[in-house]
Amino acid sequence: MDVVMLSRLQFAVTAGFHFIFVPLTLGLSLLVAFMETKYVRTGDEMYLRMTKFWGKLFLINFALGIVTGITLEFQFGMNWAEYSKYVGDIFGAPLAIEATLAFFLESTFIGLWIFGWDKISKKLHAASIWIVSIAASLSALWILLANGWMQKPVGYVLRNGRAEMVDFGALVTNSYGWSKFFHTVLAGYVVAAFFVMGISAYHLLRRNEISFFKASFRMAATFGLVTSLLVFISGDFHAVEVSTTQPTKLAAMEALWDTQRGAPYNLLAFPDVENERNSVEAISIPKGLSLLAYHDGNAEVKGLKDFPKELRPPVMATFLSFRSMAALGMLFMLLSLIAWLLARKGVLESYPLFLKIMLFAIPLPYLANQVGWIVAEVGRQPWIVYGLLKTSDAVSKAVTPMQVIGSLVGFTLLYGFLAIVDIYLLTKTARKGPEDESPIVVKTNKIAGN
Amino acid sequence: MEFQIIWFILWAVLWAVYFMLDGFDLGVGMLQKFLGRNEAERGAIIRTIGPVWDGNEVWLLTAGGATFAAFPTTYALMFSYLYTALLLILFSLIVRGVSVELRGKEEGATWRSRWETAFLISSFLPALLFGVAFGNIFQGLPMDADGYHGNLFTLLNPYGLLTGIFFVLLFLMHGALWIGVKTTGDLSKRASGFANKVWYPLLVVAVLFLIHTKFATNLYSNFVGTPVLFVMPLLAVLALLGIKIFAAKGALLTAFASSCVTILSVTFTGVIGLFPNLIPSSIDPRYSLTIFNSSSSPYTLKIMTGVALVFVPIVIAYQAWNYRVFRKKIDPNEMEQGKAY
Repeated sequence: MDVVMLSRLQFAVTAGFHFIFVPLTLGLSLLVAFMETKYVRTGDEMYLRMTKFWGKLFLINFALGIVTGITLEFQFGMNWAEYSKYVGDIFGAPLAIEATLAFFLESTFIGLWIFGWDKISKKLHAASIWIVSIAASLSALWILLANGWMQKPVGYVLRNGRAEMVDFGALVTNSYGWSKFFHTVLAGYVVAAFFVMGISAYHLLRRNEISFFKASFRMAATFGLVTSLLVFISGDFHAVEVSTTQPTKLAAMEALWDTQRGAPYNLLAFPDVENERNSVEAISIPKGLSLLAYHDGNAEVKGLKDFPKELRPPVMATFLSFRSMAALGMLFMLLSLIAWLLARKGVLESYPLFLKIMLFAIPLPYLANQVGWIVAEVGRQPWIVYGLLKTSDAVSKAVTPMQVIGSLVGFTLLYGFLAIVDIYLLTKTARKGPEDESPIVVKTNKIAGN
Repeated sequence: MEFQIIWFILWAVLWAVYFMLDGFDLGVGMLQKFLGRNEAERGAIIRTIGPVWDGNEVWLLTAGGATFAAFPTTYALMFSYLYTALLLILFSLIVRGVSVELRGKEEGATWRSRWETAFLISSFLPALLFGVAFGNIFQGLPMDADGYHGNLFTLLNPYGLLTGIFFVLLFLMHGALWIGVKTTGDLSKRASGFANKVWYPLLVVAVLFLIHTKFATNLYSNFVGTPVLFVMPLLAVLALLGIKIFAAKGALLTAFASSCVTILSVTFTGVIGLFPNLIPSSIDPRYSLTIFNSSSSPYTLKIMTGVALVFVPIVIAYQAWNYRVFRKKIDPNEMEQGKAY
């Protein structure tokens, strides 16, 4: 493999691994903030215990999200030096702003939240987890505005042999970045909702701390129902954005080979890439694809054959990823709806099979997030900045294949180890359930005695 | 003033503040196992940086992000040229973050002891490697029209290593004073005792560094050209002496403040010497990366200046407040066994 393929693989591994932790951070910080706010408002100790229990799981996940995020900032320069030189004038800004606006807030207030139980007022303590949560979303916004620029470059001119920013406003209001932001953040909320429902289901199946986990489940079910609906709607809007800016990605997502007006949507399809056709096409919804892609049943949708082969993304990976993401998205709506209905009636314990399904559903939103990024990034190929710079021209010139093999092996070993530690700690903490009373208060009071 | 110069100053400030803040975290990491005689003491030591270390590290990420945004060519070439060295720093930072945060997430002496070892190594390596990297930047990297002609081993030259050792000793001193200031009783005494002792090798290495700099780098030429600038290295020397004077008297907080001034003025001395280079070429000055030939467009720099001038003071304000919230000293005897962070 050459440096380009190796660097792509390394970016996929490191970004994909980072994105195991990010969605849960986004969603669970918000849920924990709700819980603590309820505690502050009602004074009900159960909500304090909820804050502590889910907060501990949040912190384990948060730590890994932070450390794996550093890699990405390093990697643009290490592996993609030509890219960084060519677009740094416009792409570097959102990254630097992300650090200044979001990372500082997140890292400072998480310290306050972890250690500040007895040092600051209850309200200020609850406010600090809100700030952490808002900062996490703010960080997502700036990184997705950066990524949105790679998907739909705006606000620049080619000058001095590079892309130079001429319109910061265009960068900040890039519709691609914003629609992606909503879709991604909401997808993170769904991860957290299913995470909380799944772990609660585990304990409800064991009849452990029933009122605690019913309350947790119910809160997560409401959150899950709202967010899985919104993630679907935002996905629909995002699809329109994709079809207008990146016709090749859309064609690959849907495995559409021939340009058509009023294109139908095939519920069942399977691409035959070699022969540039689909080996299976069944259950067609007339005009479905045009409607989906442009919100207009008669719109023309470009097929892959309209583009030279070297400008098409890998069709199979893009198609399968998109299909599984969409199918999972629908499953989440269905499961959340059932979960919400059962939780509202308060009859969860009487449906052990459903609880089991919810337990085993924990990994599914993670999977949906990962395949979503495959659609976004693999579907953009062969471009690193759509229509502007090819991935193959973006890689570092000074780096040798051996160096990348070495770092890739290093990342795989280190991340493999971190994954084991993370799963071990999360499972153990989740299984153990909440502590009796609220021992952390006792503990911190004791430390506070100094 | 030209935006490039403003950003050069900001770049220097970001690095200097990073070294001043994360410097004691790194020192604490290197010292935890040696100064902490039992579980409670080791818990107390790590607790002194618990609420702040993450916020301190963000100064590094911001320095990196600022390099990308303001001097993209330097960012691109520096990171790809120093690939393996940066990878080692990166791995260390990852392991360090995980060690601090996960050490207390599970009961058991073995679990803790292993994370403490990981914490030790992952604090030592960045301290050394940041020194090595800056030593090599001061000397210049072997780069010309054909790119870069060095590798990890050429970085480990005498001057690079000397700077690395200088950084390690600076951070050991800084971390020991921090532990001295932030804890009570025996532990605090032991930390200040260590600071008093490590000051001697630090002084020797600092003197060697100043002398070697004369022969290995061009850093002094800016000072000779504008002698008033000598005030910065002079401040560094005075602050270094101040550390010993105050530490010997037991005025640990003042000694720590002197240590902060030392780190800031050492960084500024180096960066003033570099100007207008960000990375000089050691073989062909035409290929030096300067703030003028590697910067972003004036428009981008203007936007980023606005962002920095508004938000950096806000960051400093809430970080300072955070330090104030956690100003109380930590007594190892009151760290509940097995519950320590």
